[in-house]
Amino acid sequence: MKRLEPLIYELSSPGRRAYSLPECDVPVPSGAIPPGMAREIPAELPEVSEVDLVRHFTRLSQLNHGVDTGFYPLGSCTMKYNPKVNEQASRLPGFAAIHPYQPEETVQGALQLMYECSRYLAEIAGMDEVTLQPAAGAHGELTGLLLIKAYHEHRGEKRTKVIVPDSSHGTNPASAAIGGLEIVTIKSDDRGGVDLEELRKVADRDCAALMLTNPNTLGLFDENIHVIADIVHEAGGLLYYDGANANAIMGYTRPGDMGFDVVHFNLHKTFSTPHGGGGPGSGAVGVKKKLAPYMPVPFVTFDGSKYALSYDKPLTIGKVKSFYGNFGVVVKAYTYIRALGPDGLKRVSEDAVLNANYVMRRLVPTYDLPYDRHCKHEFVVAPWSIKKRTGVRTTDIAKRLLDYGVHPPTTYFPLIVEEALMIEPTETESVETLDYFVQAMLEIAEEAEKDPDKVKGAPHTTPVGRLDEAGAARNLNLRWRKPGD
Amino acid sequence: MNYIPHTDNDRERMLEAIGVGRVAELFEDIPKKVRLGRPLDLPPGMSELEVYSLLYGLSKKNLNLNDCVSFLGAGVYDHFIPAVVDHVISRSELYTAYTPYQPEVSQAVLQIIYEYQTAICELTGMDVSNASHYDGSTAAAEAAIIAAMHTGRRKAVVSEAVHPEYRRTINTYAHGYGIEVTEIPCSGGVTDWSRAPEAMSGAATLIVQNPNFFGCLEELQSAERAAHGAGALFTVIVDPISLGVLRPPGDYGADIVVGEGQSLGNAPSFGGPYLGIFAVKSPLVRRLPGRVIGMTRDNRGQRGFVMTLQTREQHIRREKATSNICSNEALCAAAALVYMTTMGKQGMREVGELCTAKSHYLAGRLAEVGYRPAFQAPFFKEFAVRCPVEPESIVTRLAGEGILAGYPLGRAYPQFRDCLLIAVTEKRTRSEMDTFVARLEGLK
Repeated sequence: MKRLEPLIYELSSPGRRAYSLPECDVPVPSGAIPPGMAREIPAELPEVSEVDLVRHFTRLSQLNHGVDTGFYPLGSCTMKYNPKVNEQASRLPGFAAIHPYQPEETVQGALQLMYECSRYLAEIAGMDEVTLQPAAGAHGELTGLLLIKAYHEHRGEKRTKVIVPDSSHGTNPASAAIGGLEIVTIKSDDRGGVDLEELRKVADRDCAALMLTNPNTLGLFDENIHVIADIVHEAGGLLYYDGANANAIMGYTRPGDMGFDVVHFNLHKTFSTPHGGGGPGSGAVGVKKKLAPYMPVPFVTFDGSKYALSYDKPLTIGKVKSFYGNFGVVVKAYTYIRALGPDGLKRVSEDAVLNANYVMRRLVPTYDLPYDRHCKHEFVVAPWSIKKRTGVRTTDIAKRLLDYGVHPPTTYFPLIVEEALMIEPTETESVETLDYFVQAMLEIAEEAEKDPDKVKGAPHTTPVGRLDEAGAARNLNLRWRKPGD
Repeated sequence: MNYIPHTDNDRERMLEAIGVGRVAELFEDIPKKVRLGRPLDLPPGMSELEVYSLLYGLSKKNLNLNDCVSFLGAGVYDHFIPAVVDHVISRSELYTAYTPYQPEVSQAVLQIIYEYQTAICELTGMDVSNASHYDGSTAAAEAAIIAAMHTGRRKAVVSEAVHPEYRRTINTYAHGYGIEVTEIPCSGGVTDWSRAPEAMSGAATLIVQNPNFFGCLEELQSAERAAHGAGALFTVIVDPISLGVLRPPGDYGADIVVGEGQSLGNAPSFGGPYLGIFAVKSPLVRRLPGRVIGMTRDNRGQRGFVMTLQTREQHIRREKATSNICSNEALCAAAALVYMTTMGKQGMREVGELCTAKSHYLAGRLAEVGYRPAFQAPFFKEFAVRCPVEPESIVTRLAGEGILAGYPLGRAYPQFRDCLLIAVTEKRTRSEMDTFVARLEGLK
């Protein structure tokens, strides 16, 4: 078992240093910073040597599970392999070491990349215009909703209601609330899709938009999508596509063709940019023509010979972030799209769907399947019968998977399935990896019958065991303090 | 290249297990009406060799900061990045992980963020830091929102000397959430606090930047009095590098500190990814947007770290969350931590001192050749000069010679059409500055 690592502060010793800076080659000015404005006591930052620093972070990193260390079937997060050439490309000095306010003639390559990436994403989404400014999926949602709000406001309509299904991601209602909109949640029907009767009841003159993922968080494609689109459009509302699940449909259908007016893509899911332990991501937003006048500024233009940044959008919602978005992430997504091309992207969706269906069928009937249909890129199962017989719950199964070196699926989501295990294998996993996962899941189910306490006490081999989360919230300790402080 | 391991045999075996004949059958639930009946109109795929050449070619069309001498700042700074930073954040256990939902196999990210939170608290003098926001501008915008939630007031007052892109972002968020934004004008490059009392009536927060967009140091006691006198929260936007030598905002009464963390070990990358610093005083801890990491114990009695206070967050509270943020900038925060650890207690101060000394040297030399300071207020590493020639033409001409001269203030402030904003980091040498001075003198 791997050893835990002290805090970097605990390794600190006064006077040690890991930095070296040049001698000051100019006269030191006196009183440049007036006394009342100057810092008197230095910030208590660690004092360590370079080798201690490197060992600390290297040892720490070994306590983490990543896609590069093992299978990561975390539903709705699309934890596919992150190609290394993308990392190498984004670190090229011509991309990493350029300033956002450099003269345009000195950043033509960067502007070209942004221009082309926007056009590719527009084609994949079936949209007319794309902005790369939002920094993450939820940021894209907020951007999209503000665009929708601006569209209605400009038409002189005050529409405040955003409809979301009860299977939606938590960010959907939260983004609507931050955007100053009200949420109406509707129930799913018995096939896991949008309940059309429920939708008709709430799609009225106050309806600003319906937010939907398709396939939804159960991994199921809503076959009524064109009916849903008609209902919302007839009521004067718009359709927002949460692109978290776009890995399922590339080359088969496009949000724009399904009737959606606004889309966000998570470049850190579908387009293979790494998640970085929580970020950075990128939440590019695409829109149909009617929403284009409200898009954030600036956007890149091309006159046939020169790329430029334009702020010419009189009706713009403004800026949702400084500068132009998470450019370094966009470089990786661009590299990915260029490497795969149209055939590669279609194959991605095909094999993502193939892998999900394969794992799903192999887990049944040991695990219960709430909706017995072909799934798309992910699916939801639940250990209902296991729990009934043995008391072993989803959390226990998830924690036991850690002992197999597998990152658990998303648990207890979507909220509409009790004890949900939401599994998204992604296309980059081999059949051997999938078989290993299935085997682990089946063994755990067997173990639950024979030795339930072993499962309930898992994990047994990880650097730390189950952590006291309630205690963490009760006795807040959010920063280290020097003993005695 | 598509990074997919399957052979045709694998696919056949899997299709058989599923009980379908072809992959296309798994897509039959997509109605014909909405299907894309043609291939996506994208350039064909290519090999790794080809795609790398393509990207390399695009990158060569940009002038990078290693090949020129940059005096360009305006919110993004060309500070030195020690080699260990990229080494650490290239550990793929870190960068290929998701948000640490399973703490038992995420102690690296969790402990790194806990250490980051500690360093940010030390640097800013605040009680609690979150795990990072998207960038400085969005952190400032969400500061206005949590101030509105906390005070029940729907007005934010922002200094005109706050970064123009931040003000634009604040305005976008505020318009959406339903917050009125009022600006306080400047005088002599600093906020005119005599205008504050009137503006502050009924405000949830006062947002001020220090050093401000012009590089000038604000008079913060007046700002604090204006905010708290009106019952509003005092929000300060900082440049973290400046806090090596400037008083931490926690000392002069800030309730919320936000800022752009880019200069802490993150590459300029044409505007992102960066990280938003977001720290508060204890009474606001339950209003913090986004992830927060806390220390706890495991069932074996060992110390460990978990995401905590999750009842503020969107995945639990949905529309009642304090923010919609989910993904943050964890890896950029890791880079910031490694940077702060490398520089340490003494190095952070030394960087600040070098920036101060060099920028004051350059300002003095430029004044001698007719580029006089635009403002008399004290400054840290960035200052504006009045130019005897048009700033935009200076920028264009010197770019051709491999010098990025600065940011023409007229782009955001028409009243300062003749001003150029110049930033000097520890990377600039005396001889580079002397050359710059000579070139500017020659342009007169």
